[in-house]
Amino acid sequence: MRYSWKWSAVLTDPYFDWIISGLELTLLLSLISWAIALVLGCLIGIARTAETKWIRSLAAAYVECFRNVPLLVIFFLWYFVAPEILPRNAGLWVKRDLPFPEFWTSVVALSTYTAAMVAEQVRAGIEAIPRGQANAALASGLTRWQVYRYILLPVGLRIAVPALGNEFINIFKNSSLALSIGLLELTSRTRQISEYTYQPLEMFITASAVYFVIAMLTTAIMMAIERRSRLPGMITRATR
Amino acid sequence: MIAIEHVSKWFGEFQVLKDCSTSVAKGEVVVVCGPSGSGKSTLIKCVNGLERIDRGEITVDGVSVASPKTSLPKLRARIGMVFQNFELYPHMTAAENIMLAPLKVLRRSKETARTRALELLERVGLSDFADRYPANLSGGQQQRVAIARALAMDPIAMLFDEPTSALDPEMINEVLDVMTSLAQDGMTMMVVTHEMGFASKVAHRVVFMDQGAIQEDSPRDVFFDRPTSDRAQLFLSKILRH
Repeated sequence: MRYSWKWSAVLTDPYFDWIISGLELTLLLSLISWAIALVLGCLIGIARTAETKWIRSLAAAYVECFRNVPLLVIFFLWYFVAPEILPRNAGLWVKRDLPFPEFWTSVVALSTYTAAMVAEQVRAGIEAIPRGQANAALASGLTRWQVYRYILLPVGLRIAVPALGNEFINIFKNSSLALSIGLLELTSRTRQISEYTYQPLEMFITASAVYFVIAMLTTAIMMAIERRSRLPGMITRATR
Repeated sequence: MIAIEHVSKWFGEFQVLKDCSTSVAKGEVVVVCGPSGSGKSTLIKCVNGLERIDRGEITVDGVSVASPKTSLPKLRARIGMVFQNFELYPHMTAAENIMLAPLKVLRRSKETARTRALELLERVGLSDFADRYPANLSGGQQQRVAIARALAMDPIAMLFDEPTSALDPEMINEVLDVMTSLAQDGMTMMVVTHEMGFASKVAHRVVFMDQGAIQEDSPRDVFFDRPTSDRAQLFLSKILRH
């Protein structure tokens, strides 16, 4: 291979600042989307275990729609299609007045997609709880909503923590697809720099390394949460 | 206190309860027994609306359980229930398990609820275990916490659904002792159990069920000395031999 490596390009002005600003957008996009996905996913996950059939079906339809369409296509749907099929005024607002549209559209795409994944983990967590638990709580006079609030969600989420950790790592990696609608996040920035410097290998290796470090940090955080949230007496994998 | 009148229930095609009628008066202890699958657990779950009935009527303290106008949470808050598998909340300590419903349903203050929880734990002989999690308690201890949890709501009646069936033999008595003392204090109790020793000592009446129907509903002494139905005689001859 005839390629002249030039790692110093990574640290050259203004490229280093570009990488940092890309990293900032990646983190911001991922964290905001994660917060939304967690709330939305919990609600949909609860709805998937509801008594009422139409609520269950509606939640299941949501999950299937977002799980069975490639994330890249979901980005395009929200960016190109949604403004056209929204009511006229809302569509115009999105096209003309929405500030920083590629960022907020990415937030919507990532969080609606990840919410479907979170919902499945929350549903699985709730369904892993023996039915008698809900019966005991209902029998003591709690309302169905209180049973979710104080028993099913706290226990179900604890069961779901390891799986949710995976989704949390995925959201950082998936955020790179935002480059497809023009957001200058980390992947997009490194590609841009490689076009300026003709040093693509260094740039993409740098991007990979940064994602890797983020994922490792996330894993460490999730393992700490796992340790703290573990149900007393429940057998889980040994602490590494 | 509890009136069960002509109650029938189906699971799909299968009829689990066939025209069941019985009652539990205030201060009375009624034991419901019978072979597995006879519908006794389903019947007791109908009393606080955990299972829906298809026909007939159940009233508790004059309130119809199946009526759409009845607020089930309000009714259930007045009836204590103890389950076969204890069903303590695994993420809460013994005291927290007992305090949850008083805090959230009766809106008692934290101090009041905690004081009452500790009193009840003392009553079931577990004063030192208030801050233990269920996983660190034995089965018998868990069930006694579950009884304390039900009592914390100051119930007008207590339902027991096979409270000792999931216990090791040496832990059964510690739970039965608590139940006996409750009965002696005049608590209204409906108890689904196979513990005939408990029935013969504590029950005022025994209801015997088989294949979804109440075969016999007699005062305790009549049931044990001269049961009228053939099925009850057979049942008694099999279990009393041991």
